[in-house]
Amino acid sequence: MVGIVIVSHSKKLAEGVVELARLISGECPMVAAGGLEDGGFGTSYERIEAAINSVYSDDGVVVIMDMGSSCMTTEMVIENMEGKKVEMIDCPMVEGAAAAAAESESGSSLEEVKQAAIDAAGESKF
Amino acid sequence: MTDNKKVVEIIKVMAEIIHENAQFLTDLDAPIGDNDHGINMDRGFQKVVEDLPGVENSDIGAILKKTGMDLVSTVGGSSGPLYGTAFMKAGAAVAGKNEIDADDFLDIMDAAVGGVQLRGKAEKGEKTMLDAMIPAVEAIRKGVDAGKTPAEFLADGVEAAKAGVEYTKTIIATKGRASYVGERSIGHQDPGATSFTLLLESIAALYD
Ligand SMILES: Nc1ncnc2c1ncn2[C@@H]1O[C@H](COP(=O)(O)OP(=O)(O)OP(=O)(O)O)[C@@H](O)[C@H]1O
Ligand SMILES: [Mg+2]
Repeated sequence: MVGIVIVSHSKKLAEGVVELARLISGECPMVAAGGLEDGGFGTSYERIEAAINSVYSDDGVVVIMDMGSSCMTTEMVIENMEGKKVEMIDCPMVEGAAAAAAESESGSSLEEVKQAAIDAAGESKF
Repeated sequence: MTDNKKVVEIIKVMAEIIHENAQFLTDLDAPIGDNDHGINMDRGFQKVVEDLPGVENSDIGAILKKTGMDLVSTVGGSSGPLYGTAFMKAGAAVAGKNEIDADDFLDIMDAAVGGVQLRGKAEKGEKTMLDAMIPAVEAIRKGVDAGKTPAEFLADGVEAAKAGVEYTKTIIATKGRASYVGERSIGHQDPGATSFTLLLESIAALYD
C-alpha cells in the first residue's frame, strides 16, 4: 500500500487529519508530521523525513501539506531522497487525505492515489 | 576579498545581529505573519554557530553549504528553506575555494537570489525578502563593475536593501503567509526583507 504523510505547522492538526482519514481507512500506512520537535508551530525537516521513512515501501509515499514552509521543507526532504518514490500532492488537506487513504487501502498505485486526492478537490461539498 | 576564516567571522556577526534583532523581526512579523520570524532566524543561526567549529577549516563552499543545511533543519518557517537554499546554492557557486574575490562574491549573491526564487517561486514586487535582495545585488554589481572597494560596494548594497525594505511598506503581499492579509499588509515592512538587510549589514560590518 502507498504510504501517506500529513505535514502541518500544527502537531494537533496533522494528527487530527490522520485520525479523521483513519475512520475511512484503518489499514493504510499513514502518519502525521506536524509542528516542531518541541511541539511548537512550524515545520521540521527531520520530522518530515522520519515520517516518510516510517511509512515507506516499494509502493511509494505521498505527502499532503498545509501551506508555506510545509511545502518548501517537504520539497527539500524529497530532493534529498533521490531514487525514492515520494511525491507531494497539491490538494486540500482533509479531503485529499481521506480520498488518498481510501485509494491506498484498495491497493492502488501511487499515481492513482495522487489522482484520487486531486480529484477530491473538485467535489463540491453541498 | 575574503578567505574562509573571514567567512566564519562574518557568519558569527550575522548570528549576533540576528540575535540582537530577534524581537524586532518577530514584532514585524506580528501584523502580517505569525509572529515568529525573529524567533525562527535566531534559532537557525544559533545552530549554525554551534556547528561552525566543525567546518571552520573547510573551504568557503563547504562552510556556506553547512550553514544552509543547518538553517533548513532548524528555522521551522519559510525563511528556513528559503535562506537555507540561498546559502546552499551560494556554497555551490564557490565550491572548493578558500579565497574569493569580488566577482566570486557576486556569484554568491546571484546564486542566493536564484536559490530563493527556485524555492519560493516569487518575483520582485511580491513583498518578500527578494525586494531587498534583488536591488542590493544590482547595486553591488554596479559597484564591482565600477571598480569600487568591498567596503564601498557593500555600503551601496546595504543602502539599496534598505530602500527595498521601505518599498515593501507600499505594496501588497502576494506570496507567503502575509498574502492572507492582502491589502492590510500595506504600510507594514516585510520581515524577510528586513532580515536580509541585517545579514548584508553583517557582512559590511567587517569591511572598512
Ligand atoms: N515564496 C516566498 N519567496 C520569497 N520569500 C518568501 C516567500 N514566502 C515567505 N517569504 C519570506 O519569508 C518571510 C517570513 O519568514 P518566517 O520565518 O516568518 O516564515 P513563515 O512565513 O512564518 O513560514 P510558514 O510558511 O511556515 O508560515 C517573509 O517576510 C518573506 O520575506
Ligand atoms: Mg512567520
